[in-house]
Amino acid sequence: MSQLEPQALTPAPATNAGAGVAAPRKRRRRYSLLNRRDKLSLALMVGIPLVIFLIIIWGMAAVSIVLSFTNWDGISAIKFVGLDEYSYLLTSYPDFWPAVAHNVMWLLFFVCFATPMGILLAVLLDRPLRGSRIYQTVFFTPVVLSLAVVGFIWELQYNSQDGFINSTLMALGMVKPNTTIDFLGDPSINIWAVLVAASWRHIGYIMVLYLAGLKSVDPSLREAAAIDGASESQTFIHVVFPVMAPINVVIVVVTVIESLRAFDIAYIINQGTNGLQLLSTLIVNNMLSEASLIGFGSAIAVVLLTISLVPIVLYLSRVMRSEEQ
Amino acid sequence: MDDVQQPGLLTGGQVTRREVLKKGLIGAAGLTVLPAVITACNSAAATPTLAPVTAAPVTAAPVSAAPAVTPTAGAPTTFLGKLTGALTVGSNHSDASEVAGMGAITTAFAALTGLAPKVNKVDHNTFQTQINNYLGGTPDDAFTWFSGFRMRFFASKGLATAIDDVWANVKANYTPGFSNAVVGDDKHVYGIPVDYYPWCVFYRKSFFASKGYTIPATWADFLTLCAKMQKDGITPLAFGDDGGWPAMGWFDILNLRMNGYDFHVGLMTGANKWTDPKVTAVFTEWAKIVPYYLHGFAGLTWEKACDSLIQQKSGMFLLGLFMTGEVATTDAANKTSVLADIDFFPFPFMGNSFDAEKALDAPIDIWMLSAKSPSLQADLTNAKAWMEFWSKGSTQVLMYQQQPGFIPTASDADTSGYDVLTKKAVSIVSQALKITQFLDRDTRPDFAGTNGVGSFFLNFLNKPTQDLTAFQKSIQDFWDKLPAYSG
Repeated sequence: MSQLEPQALTPAPATNAGAGVAAPRKRRRRYSLLNRRDKLSLALMVGIPLVIFLIIIWGMAAVSIVLSFTNWDGISAIKFVGLDEYSYLLTSYPDFWPAVAHNVMWLLFFVCFATPMGILLAVLLDRPLRGSRIYQTVFFTPVVLSLAVVGFIWELQYNSQDGFINSTLMALGMVKPNTTIDFLGDPSINIWAVLVAASWRHIGYIMVLYLAGLKSVDPSLREAAAIDGASESQTFIHVVFPVMAPINVVIVVVTVIESLRAFDIAYIINQGTNGLQLLSTLIVNNMLSEASLIGFGSAIAVVLLTISLVPIVLYLSRVMRSEEQ
Repeated sequence: MDDVQQPGLLTGGQVTRREVLKKGLIGAAGLTVLPAVITACNSAAATPTLAPVTAAPVTAAPVSAAPAVTPTAGAPTTFLGKLTGALTVGSNHSDASEVAGMGAITTAFAALTGLAPKVNKVDHNTFQTQINNYLGGTPDDAFTWFSGFRMRFFASKGLATAIDDVWANVKANYTPGFSNAVVGDDKHVYGIPVDYYPWCVFYRKSFFASKGYTIPATWADFLTLCAKMQKDGITPLAFGDDGGWPAMGWFDILNLRMNGYDFHVGLMTGANKWTDPKVTAVFTEWAKIVPYYLHGFAGLTWEKACDSLIQQKSGMFLLGLFMTGEVATTDAANKTSVLADIDFFPFPFMGNSFDAEKALDAPIDIWMLSAKSPSLQADLTNAKAWMEFWSKGSTQVLMYQQQPGFIPTASDADTSGYDVLTKKAVSIVSQALKITQFLDRDTRPDFAGTNGVGSFFLNFLNKPTQDLTAFQKSIQDFWDKLPAYSG
């Protein structure tokens, strides 16, 4: 999946895009005009994905936006209530602002800690190192594990009664049974516990992405830098990192996306309540659960969509700019 | 909310229970129906007119008579007979013991009718969270669900099929408490009660004996006992609120004890406000015992809390009778016999006028018929036979044998196989004059959702000394913004 993204950054010149599959031999003869068959295949090849895209992505988003102005319960007749759901959400719903804060914390934690750690690991493992593949496997394993397993693993670490961390601390005499650290239940710290667990996966993911990028850096650049007398860190900062620009953008985008769609570990631990509220868990709990507050859930979803648009727009504008160049 | 049982669940039937049991025994062999004559026995309990038991197996009602919503005046005909066609049932019985119970019941049903239902088993919690999509999409013919507001909610949305004709056949087998729990807003019957379990305070007998603790009868005794346990280095109250719902049990019982059944039901249905000073009093009292809860309760599952009771780290545990299943599982894993040491008592009384109600939560599980099942019209007779089959004590006991935490509801259930705890639970429930279902069954599902009242309660439990006025207002605000319910 991720392998595809770097390519998306350097799309093929637009002139080939449509005609690629249609017989190129004909095109050589008739430069200016497409024949009927070309036009048809062009229309089909562009049109079908476009229709699917419009319906599945923007159609659904539009429906969500419309529903967010209703208080539909999923069964009864739809009744429009204007901005009621939004005003309640923004002013009165006690779980909303904590959820926004947690999403922001998630983003900052990933940007400032998890992603740099993944890059660091990638750079370290890129060097000729004995057992490099073993390390890579070890760090990448959390990404492969099913989320149910990840949640279970961290539950075993964090449990306040018989979790590994608290048992160790108890054995060392640092905490008593009634003063154990409540990693999962204390709403002031459980988000950090979850962020550590989430980073555990994220670091491995970033590492593999970055490692793939590093492998593709032309070795002659490094050699040239070495000949010029640059140290390793200088080489990385001034030569490798700039060359990796496309990958860096991917990393940033992946990090932002992962932060915005943060859901699973929080949901596994306590369904995203009590200090682990996220916009995504609020949507699921209000909309898809027995509660079935479709209108209210849609309003939260629209907020999340709005927030998601910011990085999407930044990313697209960057891609388009590089295209123009 | 009139369904939440005005008279006790069992009280109304105490006199007739024996009679019905006798009838059940007489008729048990021949898949009998209790005709209308016997139904009338409820009012004239002593009348010894047990005679008209239809001995011959009655053939299934003709399929053509499908829309038989209003029960006919004559003797009802059973739906149980030789059946053909198909039947699909959606089951939330996903634990191993429940699956075994369902297996025994489908086998018995197949032996009786020649029809093996297709069981669509879904994880218990998943079943609940997907219930809207399930019932609004292509549900099975029959499905497991809960009585109370939760049943009425879907019935009023047109997602359930009324079963008055089945009910006419089987209502003699139920006491008024159960009967009231399956009536929809439109006064039609929508469910067959199959099991229930009271919420009580569990403890270990040997532990209490060794420490010299006595069972607290009053709230003051309870608080004293908690303080004493804490002094002894024991966590007084096992509690794991990770799922968000165990706290509802605490709110229910405190509100019932302090403000009585009528106020509680009014609060659940929206007639009373969460900003009411009576609710403030409940939270104030609740705040007193929050320090006695198991450390880290917000991040613990109820199973973990149960472990702390088993390991004698905690003294008492308010939960449903189903907790005995967890104890049995732990016993089996550790080769211990803690279950024999488990006992329970009703939640202590406050010393006010509501003591006499002896109210408690005793949720009832039911079977219902869906409305949107594409095969329901073809399978209607089969589905109704399934419902009727579940109303029999003999059927319910098959499930009880696999999971003793869930007590059969049918009056003709064979109680001789009940264990000590079940017998005690039956007795406590039968003494209660008022019974509620449990907060998330007595109130609208969107209010009871994960980020609804359960989330508010956790917020309170984390900061029990917070400004209650603002806190209660936030609950009421949430209620006020929910879509209108026309029930």
